[in-house]
Amino acid sequence: MNPLISSFLAINPPYWVDTLAKIGIGLVAVLLPTGALVYLFLFKMMSFMQSRLGPMETGPYGQLQLLAEFGKFLQKEDIFPSKADRFVFAAAPFVVLVSTFMLVLVLPGGPDTHFVDLNTGIYFAMAVSSVSVIGILMAGWGSNSKYSLLGGIRAAGQLIAYELPLVLSVVGVVIMAGTLNMKGIVAAQADFGVWFIIPQIIGFFIFMVAVQAELTQPPFDMPVAESELVTGYLTEYSGMRFLLFFIGEFATAAVFSAIGATLFLGGWTVPFVDANAEIMDYIGPLVLAAKMVFIAFLIFWFRITYPRFREDQLQRLAWKFLIPLSLFNIVVTAIFKVVF
Amino acid sequence: MPKLPGMLVGLGVTAKTFIKTVFPDGPLAPPAPSKGAHTVQYPHVKEAPPDRARGVIALHHDNCTACMLCARECPDWCIYIEGHKELAPPRRAGGKPRQKNKLDRFDIDFALCMYCGICVEVCPFDALFWSPEFEFSEMKIADLLHDKDRLADWMETVPEYPAYEAGAEVKIKKLPSPSS
Repeated sequence: MNPLISSFLAINPPYWVDTLAKIGIGLVAVLLPTGALVYLFLFKMMSFMQSRLGPMETGPYGQLQLLAEFGKFLQKEDIFPSKADRFVFAAAPFVVLVSTFMLVLVLPGGPDTHFVDLNTGIYFAMAVSSVSVIGILMAGWGSNSKYSLLGGIRAAGQLIAYELPLVLSVVGVVIMAGTLNMKGIVAAQADFGVWFIIPQIIGFFIFMVAVQAELTQPPFDMPVAESELVTGYLTEYSGMRFLLFFIGEFATAAVFSAIGATLFLGGWTVPFVDANAEIMDYIGPLVLAAKMVFIAFLIFWFRITYPRFREDQLQRLAWKFLIPLSLFNIVVTAIFKVVF
Repeated sequence: MPKLPGMLVGLGVTAKTFIKTVFPDGPLAPPAPSKGAHTVQYPHVKEAPPDRARGVIALHHDNCTACMLCARECPDWCIYIEGHKELAPPRRAGGKPRQKNKLDRFDIDFALCMYCGICVEVCPFDALFWSPEFEFSEMKIADLLHDKDRLADWMETVPEYPAYEAGAEVKIKKLPSPSS
């Protein structure tokens, strides 16, 4: 952001102004795609795939439904179960949200547009995404209810199991790019000529499955298996806290889609435009948003289509199929990288 | 490993439904999901109710003799009937005056009514009829008690009996028609 702001406004802002601006833009960058995803995909696309219309009354074609939901959740009573561990129960949604907001820091938006230029970008992203597991466990335990606890334990098992395929699928991309730096990965895709989704198609497939599981979306939504556990670890939450979890779920979907777009679909690059052009500083974020919407479309398409996995089928898929496949992918990628 | 071909077929089903809902007139026409979806957007578009739909109960008070059968059989006790006996003139000159029941009050409390239709079924004089009207919500619960005049108004909405099936034996019986 620094060169962008200074070139745009022709001033060099002090560090604290820069930080505040980044915080504001970071909030917008997370919440705006979340709202768009919730409306476009959750309300509308899933409805059309079920041959129904979704919200139509609030605003034109139901566009203000999110605002109505926001207002509805704000005015609800904040319920604490009587024997619940108050601090753990209250802090859980914030832990989940913190991991999401930290994830958005590493996304590159253009050759000079970024929040923070970390040399270990993708490593930081994978590490920080694991913090949300703690939040979900806190929610399950702090609710002092057997359904929530079961949901929380199932979530912990599932999320830990799918961490490995997620990270290993990314390693293939890192080998091809030669760097952990997100901007370096985007530059490597521009140099390589073709986006990494083509040579890393197995890695992309594993990444999509692992992301679906990390977001606890169907077919991997055992922790929130609505018909079985009410809402699993979310059962005892009401009002604003529930809305925070809800936002966290869709914000994480948005951010993971953006990370997937950066790793596999070439980030902010457009096929025939020079990757270092000045104009990409401004168009880059929009291009990234479009690719993020495409990957999120895939995530929600899988969500609406498939029935739920049982917990043991889910674990078997992760440990016995995805991890060997991703290791195989890494070996083949490394061989190709060395030989050619 | 779940079976891959089946999974792709599943994706195909949702994709096809999506396209059929958003582009019901084919890919060249502009998207029209309101037309393609199965949803009937109720207050703006109203579906015709099916034949013999049961909405509200109407009273043909000329047929009612205040026999109290409907009030007795109602599972919810939501029918309130009051009547008195009157003397009608004899049929032939020199005969005894006849006792007739006159209806004073016939209320159905539609807040209590469970729309089971037992009263309509049980009435021996065919005084109660089903009407397909259902849009009669009120602001106050007490207004859901429909009195004799309002029940008589509902008679205008009762449809004619559906025609007999071709080849069915036509019953020659004095069946009171709703419009009489």
